[in-house]
Amino acid sequence: MQTVKMVVTGPFNAGKTAFIRSVSEIDVVSTERSVSSAVEKSVKDATTVAMDFGRITVDDDLVLYLFGTPGQRRFDFMWEILSEGMLGFIVMVDSTRPETFREARSILETFHAYAPTPYVVAANKQDMKDAWDIGDMRHVLRLDPKVKLLSCIATDQDSVKTILLELLYSILAEMENGEG
Amino acid sequence: MALRGNLRDFTITQLLNLINLANKTGTLVVQGPSETAEVTFREGKLAYAQISQEDSSLAYVLHKAKKLSTYQYKSIQQHGSKISDKELGLLLINAGYLTQEDILTNLQQHFTDIIQRLFTWVEGFFHFENDNRPPEERISVRLDLENLIIEGSRQMREWEQLQEEIPSLDMVLRFTDRPGTNLKNINLNVEEWRVVSFINPRNTIRQIASATKMNDLEIRRIIYGLLQAGLVETGRPAGVKPTAPSVRVFPTEDKEEQKSLINRLITRIRSL
Repeated sequence: MQTVKMVVTGPFNAGKTAFIRSVSEIDVVSTERSVSSAVEKSVKDATTVAMDFGRITVDDDLVLYLFGTPGQRRFDFMWEILSEGMLGFIVMVDSTRPETFREARSILETFHAYAPTPYVVAANKQDMKDAWDIGDMRHVLRLDPKVKLLSCIATDQDSVKTILLELLYSILAEMENGEG
Repeated sequence: MALRGNLRDFTITQLLNLINLANKTGTLVVQGPSETAEVTFREGKLAYAQISQEDSSLAYVLHKAKKLSTYQYKSIQQHGSKISDKELGLLLINAGYLTQEDILTNLQQHFTDIIQRLFTWVEGFFHFENDNRPPEERISVRLDLENLIIEGSRQMREWEQLQEEIPSLDMVLRFTDRPGTNLKNINLNVEEWRVVSFINPRNTIRQIASATKMNDLEIRRIIYGLLQAGLVETGRPAGVKPTAPSVRVFPTEDKEEQKSLINRLITRIRSL
């Protein structure tokens, strides 16, 4: 059996666990604990401390694993471990919480430094009224025009599929460019 | 959609850059600790600015620029309260007292001064009201934001340089092992001593900042000074292992098989 993996990262409460849940064929193995910080507790009560783990069986010989990174910064020692051997990664950003954009940018740079694999940025919670405009987010996240910044609703399977497919298209394009 | 947030997360310079790049039209309302600023833009250019509770009339601007005497200013205030800025401007031009260029130059300087003040605001909330126009009775200008952004960027440079020098607050500090260095003979201020008292291979910079109640900028400034003086050096926290060798991404080395694998993934995801 061959296995490949992708990593879903992003700041606290960006929607990483929900994203994996939307497409995983197994119940996501999630390691959640009560949130310790008062500020973060005001956003949600539990957060991922080690990793989320989801699976998509492709065929008899191939399985895709999806790993979600811990959201809180003090668990970032896990990031490097999770980034090893990934096909690519997805940076989830909560479009309604601009105070997390800077951290999202920092996480993106950190992961890209760990492994210069293709990635896409998913602007999550675009269905909410406080969501920032995608164009504005691109500016403040300082994303290169070539980087895919995609509208996302992590609880919607079709939306999650689109993000995964866009990442796969990027991986394929890079492989083909590498050959050229 | 919403463009709102906190100045701790987005500086005024970053907001101006966004407005400039996106050619936005509307009013940026910034609520600082003690006052509120309203800055209006038209197609990405500065059109008007005012600070709440401050006189922003043309008469005030010209008085501040010494183009009107105090007597003239008070006289206009007393007798001309119903005259709009546009009417006052026309009266002054027609009377040959000022040129149109004088008026626009002084208004631009006044609005620029307001933006310069905003650069010093690091706490507060902002929101952008799309398509909002300057008050009808006021004279608006059309000022490129690039120079203002450059000025704001200069002020941000110190912060960025410190971030570059000290990229992570999750590192620990150790005293350098330099024979002959006697800490007691070095002149440190109170804040520096407070930081020094927490230096320990078990304490990260972030923990020291928390213990000394310093923000990121303050702790970085002090640590940068200590690093430059050669008193301390940074290191990884105890127990954190160095980077492990990278592992294989694909289960096969064959390029065609790798592409086939990605295509199988694409087909599977599409079928979900």
